[in-house]
Amino acid sequence: MTVLSVLAQLSGPPFESLPIDWHALAPEVVLLSVAVLITLVDSIGLERARPLMPGLAGLGLLGALIPVITLAVEGSDRVLFGGAYVVDDLSLLLKAVFLLSGYVIVLLSTNYIAEGDYWEGEYYNLLLFSLLGMVVMASARDLITIFVALELLSIPAYMLAAWRKGDRRSNEAGMKYLLMGVFASAVMLYGMSLVYGVTGTTLLEPIGLIFAEVGTASVITLGVIFVIIGFSFKVSAVPFHTWAPDTYEGAPTPVAAFLAVASKIAGFVALISLIYFGFLGQSDLIEPLLFILATLSMFVGNLIALRQTNIIRMLAYSGVAQAGFMLAPFAVAASDPETSLKAVVTYLVIYAAMNLGAFAVVIALARKTRSGEISSFGGAFQYAPALTVAMSVFLFSLAGIPPLGGWFAKFSVFAAVVNAGTTAGYVMAVIVAVNSVIALYYYAQVAKTMWMDPVPDGDMTPVGVPPSLGWAIVLTAALTLLFGVLPGLLGDVTDSFDLGHLELLAFPG
Amino acid sequence: MEAFLDGWGLTLMVFLPLAGALLMMLIPRSHEETLKVYALVFSVAAAVMGILVMIWFDYGQAGELQFVVDRSWIDAINSRYIVGMDGISLPLVALTLLIVPLCVIYSWNHFPDPKNPKAFLILILILETGMVGTFVAQDLILFFVFFEVVLLPMYFMIGVWGGEERLYASIKFFLYTLFGSALMIISFVAVFFLAQDPSSGDALRTFDMRTLSSIGQAGMLGTAGLWIFAGMFVGFGIKVPMFPFHTWLPDAHTQAPTVGSVILAAILLKLGTYGFVRIALPILPEASEDWAPWIGLLAVIGIIYGAICCLAQTDMKRLIAFSSVAHMGFVMLGIATLTDFGINAAIFGMVAHGLITGMLFFLAGSVKERYHTMEIKRLGGILLQAPRLGWILGFTAMASLGLPGLAGFWGEFPAILSSWNPAAILPLETFRTYTIVAAVGTVLAAGYLLWLYQRTSFGRPTEEFATEQFRDVEAPEWVAWVPMLLLILALGVYPNLVFGVTDDAVTQIAAAFGG
Repeated sequence: MTVLSVLAQLSGPPFESLPIDWHALAPEVVLLSVAVLITLVDSIGLERARPLMPGLAGLGLLGALIPVITLAVEGSDRVLFGGAYVVDDLSLLLKAVFLLSGYVIVLLSTNYIAEGDYWEGEYYNLLLFSLLGMVVMASARDLITIFVALELLSIPAYMLAAWRKGDRRSNEAGMKYLLMGVFASAVMLYGMSLVYGVTGTTLLEPIGLIFAEVGTASVITLGVIFVIIGFSFKVSAVPFHTWAPDTYEGAPTPVAAFLAVASKIAGFVALISLIYFGFLGQSDLIEPLLFILATLSMFVGNLIALRQTNIIRMLAYSGVAQAGFMLAPFAVAASDPETSLKAVVTYLVIYAAMNLGAFAVVIALARKTRSGEISSFGGAFQYAPALTVAMSVFLFSLAGIPPLGGWFAKFSVFAAVVNAGTTAGYVMAVIVAVNSVIALYYYAQVAKTMWMDPVPDGDMTPVGVPPSLGWAIVLTAALTLLFGVLPGLLGDVTDSFDLGHLELLAFPG
Repeated sequence: MEAFLDGWGLTLMVFLPLAGALLMMLIPRSHEETLKVYALVFSVAAAVMGILVMIWFDYGQAGELQFVVDRSWIDAINSRYIVGMDGISLPLVALTLLIVPLCVIYSWNHFPDPKNPKAFLILILILETGMVGTFVAQDLILFFVFFEVVLLPMYFMIGVWGGEERLYASIKFFLYTLFGSALMIISFVAVFFLAQDPSSGDALRTFDMRTLSSIGQAGMLGTAGLWIFAGMFVGFGIKVPMFPFHTWLPDAHTQAPTVGSVILAAILLKLGTYGFVRIALPILPEASEDWAPWIGLLAVIGIIYGAICCLAQTDMKRLIAFSSVAHMGFVMLGIATLTDFGINAAIFGMVAHGLITGMLFFLAGSVKERYHTMEIKRLGGILLQAPRLGWILGFTAMASLGLPGLAGFWGEFPAILSSWNPAAILPLETFRTYTIVAAVGTVLAAGYLLWLYQRTSFGRPTEEFATEQFRDVEAPEWVAWVPMLLLILALGVYPNLVFGVTDDAVTQIAAAFGG
């Protein structure tokens, strides 16, 4: 008698494995297979296999994009594992963002990792596993699935942050990130356990319905606050942002880009799932809480970014402020769920393109200047005009200047908070407006240095941009411009989201 | 031909310069002559398109939008690519299409340091697309995008090619304008969500300026409209610039390279006043009535304050910059009257100021190039050393102070006159007070311009330059200036060239105020 049948007898009806929709899981399966393949090739080929690694990882990510596209074309929503895992237009768009961001990260890493004499097989393997966690996160509609996805994406990232292990700052980066990360996980897990204790389920949908009905209760309040705080670490919202600048600065720059973009977006995806599919009924709690987080993140991030002299730290603080912009629509989550959800998603997509681009240019320029100091980029326009123009595109897109992609992201946020029609919404609109102006100052300062300052050491040799890095910059710049000139492309996708459930959660009865 | 123009005329006019800029990016920097020729060809091509459009424009129907193109653009927010031209857009489009090629020609042999004609010309062409686009856009979001497109090129133009204090000036210009536009976009979004169909009460959810103007105000009664207008007021007011939002202007103008100052004065400032006429007034007529006295007040403060500042300046370029504050005050005063007469005067004032002040900045640039200074007290006797330059400066200064027979007169005089009889709903005494104050402003204008002319052109050259020989007006300068000088004269003698075109469209706007 096997163990299974014993168990089956104990629990009554015979065990049946759940039917699995393999098409819906194909992106995850492809990603997992490629990650495993990389380990195999690495351990068999050893040194000879090293040059293959980035190519394999990149192809694997593009390969995983194929089922995402077929699923999107096919178009029907698929619900797996009793509602814990959902593949719909929203999650497919987010998966595509993760996979493409991962692809760009691989392009950024190719030369950086190879020339830095770091471990390669392991690097790409961990990168893919982390991305797998993100892709799972996009579909997770269940507390446990969300938690598993979060750990899967975080643990490789802790190691990646410390990848330059000969460098003390990189060790500090990894350690700080690890300690902060596990602390946040613990707080969040405690919050989840409270939520489970009240509702008796881990599935977000029933949790949402219960929350919408029961109104406020101190246990729920505590649980929700803890969960949101947990993810505030992940998205580096003030006051939980302190790890970000040190970690970004110490980590290898492609990893910093990975944390600033993919990892941050994953945190937002979790927040979207939790809030828009679960906690929406607790609007009296959610809206003020996120209003405060958003406002603090914008002001603190922007004001500290003004004083930065290191480009990576500047991008870290600007990332904190950008997180504030992305949190702003959450402040009207219950008043206008649909528009605000779309605004967040729109922002995430455009943010991925422009911020990755900015990191790509920094990596390219640092190949020559060997420094992350903003002043070292002085006069780059004279020896690297194309890189300077590209950087200007990314910086002013981050600042939200039309016709660059960032304007539509900011516009969506404005539209969401104004459409809510609440006082808090209008106040938030003005706060966002003020912060856009503050942010412009430091973005423009970098552009100023590159365009207008003299070259610091008079060294006018052109920058050698390796093909993979060049391709990454072209790709991100093209997307940044495309989203700015034809934002309708993105609008059509977000319009196709099936968000019928929101009404139920936000306005019960 | 007409079918082609209907479908493509305006779009080509807007995007030809941008296409030129993209093409030029592919040409290596060392091919300077080719780059200059390309820039000229594309800006002239846009002008040719403009001329064709103006030939086929039906002047009998100048109140209606013509050559309208309406295509889907951002479906998610129901924003569409709508362009069209009526009597209000036409003079401003014409002004832009004229000034830009002239700027390219003027730059031909004297690019400011650090040279790099490629980047400089590309920025000018991108600017042109933004400016022309703003004047023909008929969708609020499209308008906003074009309105902002001009920001970056101008920022770089001041910051890279500007004077000593260029970094401060460029970032100040940028931050001020961005702050205004952030408030402006919030207002646009609020219009989108709050505007209602008057008959059915349904939310319109449209950015289409035609629809929004035709229903004017519907559903946006009371305080919401006032706040929305306030947002637009700051956005457009900074661009104009109105007192007290004007402080970016003297810095930007003084530091910008000559061509940058010309474009800034001649066209960019008009984006703000155009916004008032095209968007704020027709879409929010009731709020406009409440705000008009305040706009008028700020306008006359601007007139007097600008003039007094002019009297105190020691730098020729800075003086001309402050005179812009004063002149745009007349334009805003005309708009604030909410009458047919006043708004017509305002649009004329925009065109006249564009030509005259643009010309003054050209002249200032040429003086600077010869004397390497703008300090008024170091200059003198230009009429002796470069007589043609001196005479042209005199002619333009006369035009600027509003001498009858030249264009400046028709911008200022009717604006002052119209404020004597503002729209019936506006407080009469207040506006009549403004009339008197504005009239004093013209006296001051005569004062500072004549004094400037006297100090720089009359008398003998200062010792410093007494023995130096200066080149008089050169070929590229003649080519760039003659069309502007002729237009200043033509519009002064026959102002109907502009009034005849604008009147129909303006009447429709003024009709909302019983004017």
